[in-house]
Amino acid sequence: MIDVLVIGSGGAGLTAALKAKELGSKVLVVSKTYPTHSQTCQAQGGINAVLKEDQQDSVENYINDTYKASHKLGKIENIKFFCEKSKETITWLDSIGVPFSRDENANIAQRKFGGTKAKRTCYSSDYTGLKILHTLYDQSIKNSIDFLNEHILLELLVKDSKVNGAIFLNIENSKIIQIEAKSIILATGGYSGVYHQYTTNSYSSTGDGIAAAYRAGAKLSNMEFIQFHPTSLEGKNILISESARGEGGYLVDSKEQRFIDELRPRDEVARAIYKKQHQGDKIYLDLRHLGLEKIEAVMPQERKLVYDFMKLKMEKDLIPVSPSAHYTMGGILTTIDAKTTLENLYACGECAQSGIHGANRLGGNSLLEIVTFGKIAGENAAKNSKNKETVEVEKIRVQEIKKEIEEILKKECKTSFYSTKNELGKLFFNNVGLFREKKKMQKALDYLENKKEEIENLGVADKSKIHNKNLIELLEFKNIYLIAQLIVKSALKREESRGAHYRVDFENEKEAFDKISISIKKEENIEILFEEIV
Amino acid sequence: MKIKIKRYNKEKNEQTTIEEYSVNHNETILNSLIEVKTKYDNSLGFRCGCKSGVCGSCAIRVNGVEKLACKTHLEDEDLIEPIKNTEVLKDLIVSLHHEESLLKIGHTFLNSNSLETITKEDEKKIDRQSNCILCQSCYSSCPVYEVNKEFLGPYTLTRALRYVNDKKESAPLEILKNIQTNGIWDCTLCGYCTIACPQFIDPKSDIMSLRMKSVQNGFEDKSLSAFNSSFDLGFNNDFGFNPNGF
Repeated sequence: MIDVLVIGSGGAGLTAALKAKELGSKVLVVSKTYPTHSQTCQAQGGINAVLKEDQQDSVENYINDTYKASHKLGKIENIKFFCEKSKETITWLDSIGVPFSRDENANIAQRKFGGTKAKRTCYSSDYTGLKILHTLYDQSIKNSIDFLNEHILLELLVKDSKVNGAIFLNIENSKIIQIEAKSIILATGGYSGVYHQYTTNSYSSTGDGIAAAYRAGAKLSNMEFIQFHPTSLEGKNILISESARGEGGYLVDSKEQRFIDELRPRDEVARAIYKKQHQGDKIYLDLRHLGLEKIEAVMPQERKLVYDFMKLKMEKDLIPVSPSAHYTMGGILTTIDAKTTLENLYACGECAQSGIHGANRLGGNSLLEIVTFGKIAGENAAKNSKNKETVEVEKIRVQEIKKEIEEILKKECKTSFYSTKNELGKLFFNNVGLFREKKKMQKALDYLENKKEEIENLGVADKSKIHNKNLIELLEFKNIYLIAQLIVKSALKREESRGAHYRVDFENEKEAFDKISISIKKEENIEILFEEIV
Repeated sequence: MKIKIKRYNKEKNEQTTIEEYSVNHNETILNSLIEVKTKYDNSLGFRCGCKSGVCGSCAIRVNGVEKLACKTHLEDEDLIEPIKNTEVLKDLIVSLHHEESLLKIGHTFLNSNSLETITKEDEKKIDRQSNCILCQSCYSSCPVYEVNKEFLGPYTLTRALRYVNDKKESAPLEILKNIQTNGIWDCTLCGYCTIACPQFIDPKSDIMSLRMKSVQNGFEDKSLSAFNSSFDLGFNNDFGFNPNGF
């Protein structure tokens, strides 16, 4: 019997698995992709920490900056824990081999990111996420963690609000399997995939774990908060890290005039760019004054990306940029112990709403979150499994799901969902994106409701069992469709502007909304409520 | 613009076929593959993820050369094939089961922390090697795999050097020990891996460094014996075999 079943193999999942294994648990990591294909590899800029308290920085400043960025929706207790642990978290990563860049005095180098005055962001050139992820993977191999790759999560097994396992589809052969476990950790990433073709994220970020947790009855929270990164390569949705601005890059319009303090929080910078673009202007990232040597030293990857994808040179050319969906603050509601509202179920990383980011996330805080709360989830899941003998799970659901998948494969494929997926992505970027208002969001909701029947009856053209990507993408799209409803419904209910959620029709922050939103399944309906932060 | 794709679906046909499609999107080969999949044939199989060259999932061969689909521009009539030296599961999707076991045998991880101070220069020594994205391009390009599936190969050996050269590693000998058999001495130094790497890593030089470090640490220099026996093992002269490197 598996003690700890970790679903997802990015930075959060691997950290959780390593911790649970260290505590003596029998661990299995099940993942939709291969571990090093995970979204974590795309994090470039860095990971925040206060390594030394002095005149420059302190843990208290860090707590204040993070709380301020959250626009009162972060949970002070969780933020405090997160910031106080930051040094320990970096020290651990350093000790297992993450090659952090060093400064002249052989200390871990730190740079400036938006939303703070201090140099607080540790990095490994501009491959921070990649190097953390690969180091965690190497450690997983060292510690003989068992992996089941290319298995997509279909459903959590739940009885009387207790989760006892999960059902997966093996992508390699389309077989449906049930895995029972004493504790389950979701580390399945965010839902920027809703903004298909308008996101910097991997094609795999389709919120599968969040959708499964919702269907199992877990509380989700703050689903309306989506961070749009100010600088992705125009038309390509490829991220140029905040470090480009942190190192002194400018944002300029077509007259080469700067129009905003580049290190304002991401939501403000992104909106300023979007606004200019809607007035017909073009926006560029200007790094020319930094010079080739500095660019090569601090952002070699980005220089390469810009050259590979745009045939432009950072030291010579202006780089056209535009905002795109980058990070989802909402997710499965978790406590400081990484517990969800369902027994035996834990969540960590971008799929969780752990009370850190609130209405806006600071750059450099997501990598720290996946490791901090990955560890906590692993530790608590391991403890939770300790005193349990075994769990009894019925096999009814797995049979039903087998039939459901067979039905999908049998269905005649009348319409392809790919165009609907593109349509939905575009509609959400324009109507439930950087600037929101009731009328536009209602239109998005009506669109989703009109599509209900079509989506329920979707079939696939590919009927094969081996690596049926067509089927997988349909299953992912169904998750996108569910999450899109949660986003727009939560966004409609929050009649104010706060952080990344900006309402043209309610431009001010309202005290009445100093609350987190909750999305929960009530019978077959979506219920959106607001809860006090306690 | 035309794209030719090598197709294989064992549920339909045991044979591979080359199919040709007309595409409008050629900014990247990945865009073209997505167009073929969504417009002409929903069953086309390929892996992809980050679309920005870091997840390593979309390695393919373009006219015989390993590339990342997301970073490569399509030219008219390009032939797209799956990467080599591993089982093709469907179309451009290949088995990746070997990866974990190769890394495990190579002990390519930090064994125990030396707690030494790491300087800027120390960190630079392992910077390039730790940029590896495990895309399998080098694995595909390597002629030694064709005759020896046990070979640890370029990315495992580059990763070995990444930890051997890491000042944090207090037991580099542990790693060197694990790469003597089916490892550094089996490489023909043909350099195909270096050409194939989308991250500009140079596994050939890394393997040469590992050989030097091995000899310095008292391991036997097997390069000459490998040369003598290689022809008996059925090596083909077409590999451009050169034991001294070039």
